[in-house]
Amino acid sequence: MDFSQGFGLILIITGQCLLITIGVLLSLAFLMYADRKIWAAVQMRKGPNVVGAFGILQSFADFLKYVFKEIVIPSGSDKVVFLLAPLITFVLSLVAWSVIPFNEGWVLTDINIGILFIFAVAGLEVYGVIMGGWASNSKYPFLGSLRSAAQMISYEVSIGFIIIGILISTGSLNLSKIVLAQNGSYGILSWYWLPHFPMVILFFISALAETNRPPFDLPEAEAELVAGFQVEYSSTPFLLFMIGELMTVVLMCTLISILFFGGWLSPIPIIPDGIFWLILKVLIIFFMFSMVKAIVPRFRYDQLMRLGWKVFLPMSLAWVVIVATLAQFGVSGYVRW
Amino acid sequence: MEPFVLGFYFFSILTVLPALMVVLSTNPVHSVLWLVLTFFGASGLFILLGAEFLALILMIVYVGAVAVLFMFVVMMLNINFKEIKSKLTKYLPLGILVGLVLFVELGLIFGDFIPELKFNDNNHLEINSEIENTKQLGLVLYTDFFIYFQLAGIVLLIAMIGAIVLTHQRRQDVKRQDILSQIYKNPDSSIELKDIKPGQGL
Repeated sequence: MDFSQGFGLILIITGQCLLITIGVLLSLAFLMYADRKIWAAVQMRKGPNVVGAFGILQSFADFLKYVFKEIVIPSGSDKVVFLLAPLITFVLSLVAWSVIPFNEGWVLTDINIGILFIFAVAGLEVYGVIMGGWASNSKYPFLGSLRSAAQMISYEVSIGFIIIGILISTGSLNLSKIVLAQNGSYGILSWYWLPHFPMVILFFISALAETNRPPFDLPEAEAELVAGFQVEYSSTPFLLFMIGELMTVVLMCTLISILFFGGWLSPIPIIPDGIFWLILKVLIIFFMFSMVKAIVPRFRYDQLMRLGWKVFLPMSLAWVVIVATLAQFGVSGYVRW
Repeated sequence: MEPFVLGFYFFSILTVLPALMVVLSTNPVHSVLWLVLTFFGASGLFILLGAEFLALILMIVYVGAVAVLFMFVVMMLNINFKEIKSKLTKYLPLGILVGLVLFVELGLIFGDFIPELKFNDNNHLEINSEIENTKQLGLVLYTDFFIYFQLAGIVLLIAMIGAIVLTHQRRQDVKRQDILSQIYKNPDSSIELKDIKPGQGL
C-alpha cells in the first residue's frame, strides 16, 4: 500500500468517525429534550417550551450556556485528575459506538469480539465517576463516587451473565452476527427476546442501574448527596459528565435492541430491513427509560445491593446453565450456529 | 520502521513507564491510576500478538474490577504520604535484590550462558489467525486442559469462600429488613381492630 492509498484510508475512517460522532451527539440533543418532555408530561407540566418551536432547541441553548460559564476548580482538589474524570466519561462512552452495527455492514470496526469490547468499555466507565468524586476532595462527591463504584460493579456481573446466555445461543461475539442470528422466518418471533424472555427484563433493570438512571440514581441522589460526584463540577466539565452519562444510556438502549430485539431487522419478514428499525427500537426503549425515571421512586442503597447480588446474580447464573443445557440438547431457538 | 515494531515500542513504554510511576508516585490513588495505564499497555501488547480475547479479558477483569477495588480501598485509607515516601529508600536494597534476581532469570533464558535453558523459538505455539481467538481458547480449555481449568476454578472458589468466612460477621445490634415477610404482609396479619368503650382505655 503506497502513501496516497494509506492517506485515503485514513481520510475515509476519519470521515466515518466524524459521521458517527456527530450523528450520536445530534440525536443526543433531541433525546435529552425528549427525556425532559416525557418527564414533564407524566408530572402534568409543560416542560421546556421556550427555545424554538415547542422548545425543541432547548438542548442547544443549554449547551451554549454550559460552555460559556466559568470553569470553577476547587482549590483543594487534585486538578489533573479533576479535569481528567469528565474527559474519561465522555471519551469512553463515545468509543463504545465504534463497534455498534447500525445496518448490515454499517459498522466502523467489525471486530470478532465486539460485545466483549463494549463490556470492557462499560466497565471502565466507573473510573470517570470514581476519579471525579475523589479529586473533588469533598465529602458529598466522595460518598457519591463510592456508592457508584460499588453499584456499577455489582450490576456488571449480572449483565455479563445475561450476555453469556446470548453468546451461547449465537456462538459468536460479533455484534453483527448476533443480529443476523436473529434473522428468522418468523420476524419478530425469532428475535432473542422470546427465547431469552426473563433476561430482557433483567437486562433492562441492570442497564438502569449500570447507567445510574433513576430509580437507581443513588450516586447523585439529590436529597442525600446534593448531586453526588458532580457537586464540584461546573461549566464544560459538568456538560461532559452529563453528555457522557446520557450517551451511555442511549448505548445501553442500542445494546438491548441489538441483543434482544434484532437490531436493524424488521419485525415482519416481508418488510425490508434497515437502519430505520434500529432507530425506532432505540427510541421505544429510550421512552421506557424515561418513563421509569418519571414513575418509579428511588431505591434505598441496601435494597439496591440486595437486588443486584441476591436476586439478579443467582437468576442470571441459573439462566446461563439453563441456556447451555437447552443448547446442548438442540432445542430450537436456543442454538443458532 | 514497521508498524508492528512501532506498536511494540509504544505499548512497551506504556507498560514500563507507568509501572515505574506506580512505585514512585507519592499519592496511592495516583499509583492505582498509573497501574490502570500499565494494564492498558499490557493489553495493547496482547492485541499486537493477535490475542485480542486475552487483551479484553485483561481489561475487564483487572481494570474493570480488580483495580476499581484497589482504588476503593486506597481511597478510604487515611494515609500519611510523607511517611510512605521516607520508607521508599529503606526498602530500596530489597527491591534492587528482587529486580536483580528477575533480571538474571531473564538473562539465563534469553542469553547464551547455559544452552539447556536457552529460550527456543520452536517451543511456543503460533497463534492461528484462521480461527477466532475465542473459539481457539474454548477448543483447548474444555478438552486438553479440562482438569487444570476445573482445578483453577476450585482454587478460586475456595479462596472466595475463605475470604467471605474471614470477613463476614453478622451484627446483632442492627435492625434488619425481611423483604419476603414484608411482601407477604396483609391487613389481616398487621392490623387489629379493637372496640374501645368510651371513658375506658385499653
